[in-house]
Amino acid sequence: MTVNKRPGDASESIATPRLRLIACGALARELLAIINQLPPDVADLTCLPAAWHNHPEKIVPGIKAKVKAARKAGFTPVVIYGDCGTGGQLDTFLDAENIARIPGPHCYHSFMGEADFDAAMDQELGTFFLTDYMVRHFERIVMKGMGLRDHPHLRDIYFAHYKRVLYIAQTDDATLVEKARQAAATLQLDYDYHYTGYGDYTAFLDNLCSRRQPSVATS
Amino acid sequence: MADEDEIILADLDDDELVQQMHDDLYDGLQDEIVEGVKILLDRKWTPYEVLTKALVEGMTIVGIDFRDGILFVPEVLMAANAMKAGMVILRPLLAETGAPRVGSMVIGTVKGDIHDIGKNLVSMMLEGAGFDVIDLGINNPVENYLDALEEHKPDILGMSALLTTTMPYMKVVVDAMVEKGIRDDYIVLVGGAPLNEAFAESVGADAYCRDAAVAVETAKEMIQAKRDREQAAG
Repeated sequence: MTVNKRPGDASESIATPRLRLIACGALARELLAIINQLPPDVADLTCLPAAWHNHPEKIVPGIKAKVKAARKAGFTPVVIYGDCGTGGQLDTFLDAENIARIPGPHCYHSFMGEADFDAAMDQELGTFFLTDYMVRHFERIVMKGMGLRDHPHLRDIYFAHYKRVLYIAQTDDATLVEKARQAAATLQLDYDYHYTGYGDYTAFLDNLCSRRQPSVATS
Repeated sequence: MADEDEIILADLDDDELVQQMHDDLYDGLQDEIVEGVKILLDRKWTPYEVLTKALVEGMTIVGIDFRDGILFVPEVLMAANAMKAGMVILRPLLAETGAPRVGSMVIGTVKGDIHDIGKNLVSMMLEGAGFDVIDLGINNPVENYLDALEEHKPDILGMSALLTTTMPYMKVVVDAMVEKGIRDDYIVLVGGAPLNEAFAESVGADAYCRDAAVAVETAKEMIQAKRDREQAAG
């Protein structure tokens, strides 16, 4: 799926975007919100399935295909993924191709920033993180995807060493807060809340786009 | 009254019962596995035979289908739980009857990591394959590994990590072993979702095991190779 910055605009009337963000589908909503705050026509977004986090072996081949397509279409690809379980293979590929990636091992780290993430882990190693995306899709991803809805006793296997849910919120949304509380209760874990906004993603994209803006205008 | 289609395990002959136990294990039916184990023991099967032919073979099928993408983690966990229930019955009997031992392994999840599902599967399958397994649990600093090696003198050290951020700790452990001059005394196996063969090589492990079945095969092969080398050296 590729999403243009302004879906309502006639594509013929705008300059060709120069950056193509290749991202995890779990970040689509947040990245679109950031892109909408950037100068016009700097970047567009294409996503790979969020469910691939359970199949990290699919991530690098999927990104390779997206990179190839982006370059063929004249874009500069930028990857908005953590290592995400690829065991360094993603960075090996990106380094060889000279493609930028947001620093950090996973999206929790990028939303919170290194210092806050490390502090959260120091506070409680058994922390189960929920982002806005995960709260919205908790039933599908966690309860059904992990088999907990059909086999509730698996909870004690999956979460034996977890102590708390930490909802790292990208938006200030009372409905999501309540859903996150319910998720923690369902998992029989304590609940904590930490507002992150869009974290490191905003600065990363601002920086990338501001550096490229002059060439965009002439393309 | 029993349902017309209900299978009465006690009515099956040995081969049919073992086949049914493989199916029950595949379906994660804990109570049926316990019943099947008891029936086979009543029929004078040795605990080792029950373990290897009914449970381990059944779990191997589960492992293959997991690897091939036919089964997913919840189903594997259900199967593992069923096997675990059978093991509860067999474990003391195996100790009592002196089942053949293949080797020994110290295993644990590395420091900073609390994930142990994969490690527990490996432990269980190794135990089923005749290994003595000393499981250190989760979040192990290097001292835990070194102390356990000193105490138990196993053939193998196994380390597990689920997180990209924790897997580099495996190198800390291997480097400490090198520093103490004991690295070559042990086979070092590593595993976990984000790992791969190149990573295993980079941290100085002997092999990467992508799943529990591979871990068992690798452990067996490496122990045999080590013993062959020792024998050849006199």
